[in-house]
Amino acid sequence: MKSVELIKQDFPILGRTFNGHGMVYLDNAATTQKPLAVIEAISDYYENYNSNVHRGVYRLSEESTDRYEKSRENIASFVSSETAGLVFVRNATEALNLLAYSLGHRLKRGDIILLSEMEHHSNIVPWQFLMEKGVKLDYVKMTSDYTLDRDDYANKLKKKPKIVSITQASNVLGTINPVKEMATEAHEAGSTFIVDGAQSVPHMPVDFHAIGCDFLVFSGHKMLGPMGIGCLAGNLESLESMDPFLGGGDMIREVQYERATWNDVPYKFEAGTPNVAGAIGLSAAANYLRDLGMEEVRGHEKTLMKKTLDLSRDVEDLVSFGPPDPEMRGGVFSFNIGNLPFFKLNDKLEENDVVISGTVHPHDLAASLDSFGIMIRSGHHCAMPLMGRLDVAATSRASYYVYNSLEDVKNLFAHLNEARKVFAR
Amino acid sequence: MSQEDINAEVILDHYRNPHNHGRLANPTFSITEYNPVCGDTVHMEILASNGEISDIRFVGTGCSISQGSASFLTDLVKGKSIPGVMELTPGVYLRELGLNLGPAREKCALLSLNAVRKAISGNSQK
Ligand SMILES: Cc1ncc(COP(=O)(O)O)c(C=O)c1O
Repeated sequence: MKSVELIKQDFPILGRTFNGHGMVYLDNAATTQKPLAVIEAISDYYENYNSNVHRGVYRLSEESTDRYEKSRENIASFVSSETAGLVFVRNATEALNLLAYSLGHRLKRGDIILLSEMEHHSNIVPWQFLMEKGVKLDYVKMTSDYTLDRDDYANKLKKKPKIVSITQASNVLGTINPVKEMATEAHEAGSTFIVDGAQSVPHMPVDFHAIGCDFLVFSGHKMLGPMGIGCLAGNLESLESMDPFLGGGDMIREVQYERATWNDVPYKFEAGTPNVAGAIGLSAAANYLRDLGMEEVRGHEKTLMKKTLDLSRDVEDLVSFGPPDPEMRGGVFSFNIGNLPFFKLNDKLEENDVVISGTVHPHDLAASLDSFGIMIRSGHHCAMPLMGRLDVAATSRASYYVYNSLEDVKNLFAHLNEARKVFAR
Repeated sequence: MSQEDINAEVILDHYRNPHNHGRLANPTFSITEYNPVCGDTVHMEILASNGEISDIRFVGTGCSISQGSASFLTDLVKGKSIPGVMELTPGVYLRELGLNLGPAREKCALLSLNAVRKAISGNSQK
């Protein structure tokens, strides 16, 4: 992979300073910065090709359509899925809602959907909508080393869930789940297997066919692409058999006043004018990542995580959440200084004084680091059930990407103590 | 040091050594308010007599702003009449605090005020 110093130069925003400090952006699990190549691909589209797709017969519309479809082909090849099975949506969340809606149509009272304890709200709430029709949700348990309990998984598959939907990499713990093996087991149980790739496709080689899943979802903005574009990769047969999600233009073959028939996949799932510039921007992002090499991207993040785990051992009272082995973990580091359990009123009945435990609240930590230009996330990271499972009200989280250096990691740790000095209680 | 820095120090001091921390034997109102985004929680207990807040206590967990502000607020409203407390709108209260807060941290600062206003306007059970 080219050097991080050179990579940083490709990202105009990283030249910003805050209070005289260079920008150390460590919230990549939330969203990522955009290289010039992506920004230019988007402005090039608006400067030279803008027109609606799949409609006009004039040349400009054909050019626009051509660029949109070439982007689809390029992104499908990035995750080794079929071009016709790649549906453009707004983000991973929309893809999961599409699946919950369209696959949910067929479910009946008592049918089970199997998720895991470490899912993002996006892979929980859309499935909860189906509980209204009597569908049940079940969750694969997590072990004490923050990986999924495979025995529990095997047992829960015995109940023959209709759908299994699991994240390939956790946005809180960094845990990389063995989705290939899990897909095989799910198929043996007759289940449809969905992979939430929001935190994996940006950070490691992901091969749709090699995993053997039925669907894979991911978001463009978490992989150097623009906001407002994401993908659902699915196998063609499944997509063809599914009902559409949204109705409108582009998704139809023929419309009468009383009824309509559907276009072929992927268009059946792309109602209305699509985010053409978004698709083109995401395609440019895929090219940028392909040039770096996804094995190299993964290797780089492993190096950063090793350094992180090393440095974290020397921080007093630091509690972190995630597998200790960087081989099983993406570049996500959730931690607290001191313990931060949920508020329980009854624990406080007798207590009239504040217990001094040296805890620094994640909000205070993030605000303190911000004054040095270091940006980390604090809160529940859209995984409230997981926070409950960890019995922690909130965590701080640093998450890495291609433009983060070992220096950035050292910077983070160098400034933890200043937060402790001011905010520990 | 600017006035803002001084105010920030005051709130930090409240955070480290909170005033009116704990619980009351027979509160007239009690309420627990929670910010789901960060888990910040305050539980306020209020003793009202003759139309004024004669005593107030709180417990909670959260960041320096949410807990420091809760302590600051208890000092501010103790002895005030109930209508007087209702005049303490979020805007007025934030000016009292005098901190330079973004919208996310303003929520932390307002958690305890919202709790008190809700409690005394009858939107809570004892
Ligand atoms: C594991 C996981 N799934 C799904 C999502 C949802 O992504 P988006 O908000 O782009 O739809 C996220 C985003 O944080 C995530 O981390």
